Amino acid sequence: MSTDGAVKLETRGYNFYYGGFRALKDVDIKINPNQVTAIIGPSGCGKSTFLRTFNRMNELIPGVRVEGQAFLDGESIFGEDVVELRRRVGMVFQRPNPFPKSIYANVTYGPRAHGMRDRSELDQLAERSLRAAALWDEVKDELSKSALALSGGQQQRLCIARALAVEPEVILMDEPASALDPVATLKIEELMRELAREYTIVVVTHNMQQAARVSDHTAFFMMGEDREGYLVEYGPTKEIFTNPKDQRTEDYITGRFG
Amino acid sequence: MNAIHAGTSSQSAQDARSAARLSDNLARRHLVERAAFGVVWAAGMVAVLALAVVVGYVLLQGASQVNWEFLTTPPRGGIEAEGGMSTTFMGTLYLVLLCIVLAAPLGVGAAIYLIEYAEQAQAGGRWLSRLVGVARFGVETLAGVPSIIFGLFGYALFVTLLELGFSLLSAGLAGACLILPVIIRTTEEALLAVPLSYREGSLALGATQWQTVSGVVVPAALPGIVTGIVLSIGRVVSETAVFFVTFGGSANMPKSLLSPGRTMALHVYYLAMETRAFAKAMGTGAVLVVATIIINASVSFLSRRVMGRLRGVG
Repeated sequence: MSTDGAVKLETRGYNFYYGGFRALKDVDIKINPNQVTAIIGPSGCGKSTFLRTFNRMNELIPGVRVEGQAFLDGESIFGEDVVELRRRVGMVFQRPNPFPKSIYANVTYGPRAHGMRDRSELDQLAERSLRAAALWDEVKDELSKSALALSGGQQQRLCIARALAVEPEVILMDEPASALDPVATLKIEELMRELAREYTIVVVTHNMQQAARVSDHTAFFMMGEDREGYLVEYGPTKEIFTNPKDQRTEDYITGRFG
Repeated sequence: MNAIHAGTSSQSAQDARSAARLSDNLARRHLVERAAFGVVWAAGMVAVLALAVVVGYVLLQGASQVNWEFLTTPPRGGIEAEGGMSTTFMGTLYLVLLCIVLAAPLGVGAAIYLIEYAEQAQAGGRWLSRLVGVARFGVETLAGVPSIIFGLFGYALFVTLLELGFSLLSAGLAGACLILPVIIRTTEEALLAVPLSYREGSLALGATQWQTVSGVVVPAALPGIVTGIVLSIGRVVSETAVFFVTFGGSANMPKSLLSPGRTMALHVYYLAMETRAFAKAMGTGAVLVVATIIINASVSFLSRRVMGRLRGVG
């Protein structure tokens, strides 16, 4: 399944195993740069597992195994140094997970880990990242306050700012708004659209309206009888939601199952 | 209509009967409740009272002995145990410092390996994973071994084989062995309490494993780790068996790592068993009790600060 133009992320014949269990089966996908790509599908179909392929977070789980290939800018991600890969491919998690440190320490954590020491450089980067995550105006006077004192929506935007601060190319978002209230959700969605100008965004979501509102392309995953996840259909979001080619996609987006 | 009516009335009669049955035992349940409350209340009171009597007795008996002179003059020995306890206080202090300096880095490092690194190692090889399993089991077991066993080991290895003699160094090494499993286990607990999401967040930013451990995990676990270290200070202060067979029992001020000495706890033992100065034993005991109270108070102070910090108040 291919789409027009350049390709930022790609998998070919990608299979993923937890021990003996195949969680993802033969996934082929090409993800465009500077777009929001949504991954939708019923619970347990391997959406998050698939997302975590691109920054190799799955490798933290013992006993997992991969077959097939995955690429970032045409280079195999399995050949790249995992630390550098994760700098280039950032991630925002389902539950906001700021460190129990100050707001400033959270934003500058990544750049410092990569060796940036100059205080004024860090200050500028912190401001730029917090502005880009639409959080600056709310926290600029209390950067030394604990990040844990922020609201859930603010924490999630802080996590986005933290990811932006290491100047990634791709941002993976694993149901970034599922733990947030509707207002905070809307802010995150606006932010995704904004960020897509500069970054490639891949977002896993349970919420089909969210996928329809926010994404340029949508990938629909399902799982078979054997609980193996696979990619059913992938294309421009408009087509997926108005004129799906696959009956199963139509059934899912019209709410007949899942 | 009739049948239905009859049906409902017999139904409601049945309801009333069963409701009566359900309320019947209400009085009995209240009685059991009061009895149970009485029993656990009494148990709580007796337990607290027993401890208060022990501590209070030692403090009251000892208080008359404790004054500035008692604290600052060395014991002069003899059957009447003239003098104070200053050298035993310093002996305890030196020993605590030595044990912590030896055991804390080792124990914290070992716990970090077991919790943060061993999991990945287990994916690596069967031998390593087996070794890690044995290490875990060993730590569990050592934490429950009677302390005199550590004393015997210390005597055999440090005092005799390595020819360190009865000395601060021998006692420090044996004491370090004693508290090592305590520090490893409390550090393990503290690390396990750090949410996985912190580690994921750090790794996902491209931090290395060590940057993640030192930058996020250990700082988040630090109050718990420090609590474990303070607890093991208490362990060294209260220990007698290990130091009985390694420290030598000299009442002189230890001048080097190879000097013998005695701790406050040992001093209490010597005074009680080998002199007639039972009151002085009580006095030293009172100082020990106060020291223990200070150590425990600092533990609960620390752990309360942790909670505050985790909630983002601090």
